[in-house]
Amino acid sequence: MAYNYEEYIRKGRLPHIWCPGCGYGIIMKSMIRAIADMGWSKDETVIASGIGCASRLPGYLDFNTLHTTHGRSLAFATGIKLANPALKIVALGGDGDMSAIGGNHFIHACRRNIDMTVIIFNNNIYGMTGGQYSPTTPAGAKATTAPFGMLEPDFDLCKLAIAAGATFVGRSTSYHALPMEKLFKEAFSHKGLSVVEIITGCPTGFGRKNNQKTPASMLLWQKDHAVTQKMAEKMSAEELEGKFVTGILHQDTSKNEYVENYDKVTGFTLEQGGK
Amino acid sequence: MERERKFLQGNDAVALGALYAGCKFFAGYPITPSTEVAERLAAWLPSHGGRFIQMEDEISAMAAVIGASLAGAKSLTATSGPGMSLKLENLGYGYMAEVPCVILNVMRGGPSTGTPTGPGQSDIMQARWGTHGDHPCIALTPSTVYEQFSQTVRAFNLAEKYRMPVIILSDEIIGHMREAIEIPAKGELEVIDRMMPACSAEDYKPYDNSQLVSPLAPFGAGYRYHVTGLNHDEYGFPTNSSRLIGLQEERLLAKVEENYDDIVLTEHFHCDDAEYIIFAFGSSARASKDAVLNLRKKGIKAGLLKPLTIWPFPDKDILKYAGKVKGFLVPELSLGQTVREVSRAVGGRCKVEHIYRVDSEPISPAQIEKAVEAM
Repeated sequence: MAYNYEEYIRKGRLPHIWCPGCGYGIIMKSMIRAIADMGWSKDETVIASGIGCASRLPGYLDFNTLHTTHGRSLAFATGIKLANPALKIVALGGDGDMSAIGGNHFIHACRRNIDMTVIIFNNNIYGMTGGQYSPTTPAGAKATTAPFGMLEPDFDLCKLAIAAGATFVGRSTSYHALPMEKLFKEAFSHKGLSVVEIITGCPTGFGRKNNQKTPASMLLWQKDHAVTQKMAEKMSAEELEGKFVTGILHQDTSKNEYVENYDKVTGFTLEQGGK
Repeated sequence: MERERKFLQGNDAVALGALYAGCKFFAGYPITPSTEVAERLAAWLPSHGGRFIQMEDEISAMAAVIGASLAGAKSLTATSGPGMSLKLENLGYGYMAEVPCVILNVMRGGPSTGTPTGPGQSDIMQARWGTHGDHPCIALTPSTVYEQFSQTVRAFNLAEKYRMPVIILSDEIIGHMREAIEIPAKGELEVIDRMMPACSAEDYKPYDNSQLVSPLAPFGAGYRYHVTGLNHDEYGFPTNSSRLIGLQEERLLAKVEENYDDIVLTEHFHCDDAEYIIFAFGSSARASKDAVLNLRKKGIKAGLLKPLTIWPFPDKDILKYAGKVKGFLVPELSLGQTVREVSRAVGGRCKVEHIYRVDSEPISPAQIEKAVEAM
């Protein structure tokens, strides 16, 4: 029997804004299955986002949802978590939102290790504005603002997150719907800041210009270029060229979670006087 | 709890006022001359059931304050000119999403880095018009250390009552000067909390256009709704309906305009028989008070109209005198922001003169007296 998503979807908000062939629906459904499996109640769950195609996702889901300013979802989420640490928080956005305009918030959220999950929908392009290059557009790839090909080197977002101190970093793709769901659950279960990068496709803004003419060809590209950690261990550097590794890339459970540590160190006590 | 007499710095009084009002969250970024507020609350909040965080920049501090408020915590941030410029993005979000919070701007000169350790009063128009789009604005202007305390409490009250960010425009002199003040006893000053919904979750409209202000449920309380900076419908979801967009835009402004009398607070010092009225706030109001007394000794009937609310602009109070006095004098630490508004409000009913200093020094009573004598 097909999975019943209705419990978590605001049906009145559909249809969504995403183009036919967009990978985001697959990610959203994997998120729903993971959250349901975690047993999180809808009332205790917050989904925050920035600006862009991915950031429209929270509006479709029946949680406490917050669509913030461009790149700032992690900063808003930080305030929410400090005000009410009992809430379960997922902050999501696209590659441009999280690593360009929101790059500063991203690295500092990783460094602080506040208990929340960051999901980056990496489609290598600014989709909503029509296909401009982002920090993850591969060198040489075409974009409306890179008519001669991308001139800048691209970010490896997982390496960035690990270097900045995130205590859980993983990667999957919109082709790998079930491993992605499993990875989400592992991230949600991690105490501290978890980062999950999902490699996904934008047929409209990226694929058309870069020899991936159909949504299916974009999914096949993901399938062909994703390598599990186990596979990667047996491959030479040459064989790994152009591929990306999926699964849990980094996990460190030895570091203090920010709010727990804050309360312990500062002697935080729930109000006695005040007003 | 009884009244307590304390010798305080102006910025410390803001921190104490915030605790009195029930502030439970502060996010900020170090910037002169406001940093003491962050330093005090870093030390004091944890024992008052609140949390503090120093964010990576001014933008994120403003964002965190809005996030914390959505989770139910009364929230404050403090900054000065360059930081205020950065906060404007999410300040606009706060107006659009109708999230209560308080922003302290301890004004210094500008533009850009200006003189961080000197006073300024040149962010008046930034406070009103700084973030893009039409939007409401409430801004308060304390001029004593006690008012730093009392106006902080009032800023929280107005933010909670009208579900919007409220700005406190202090300045370097008021922020850093020390005065003895009596901290009001608990219950002495009114403390207002935001309205909570009484309806069922299904019936909850966080942005009901049929009333000026809707109750605001904190995240996690069972009222699941959507918050966005896009124009939205009554449930918070993005809309392209021109009818709903128009209704929302007009309602946001009406919240302030229709509650002018509740929001605007002014002090009238020797105004009743005055022939000349000095309109001054913040540090300039202090010099003006001295000037009024000195002028009266010389037989010149001067008065001081001191706004504790600068936005919405106290037009009604100005109009009370504009038809019967010989003139208004506006001393300000700006080349002419507040005087434009006074002239607009006076509407030609009497003359309006302007004096200023923008060399990082305060205006003196003597400068004000000389200007009134020349009127």
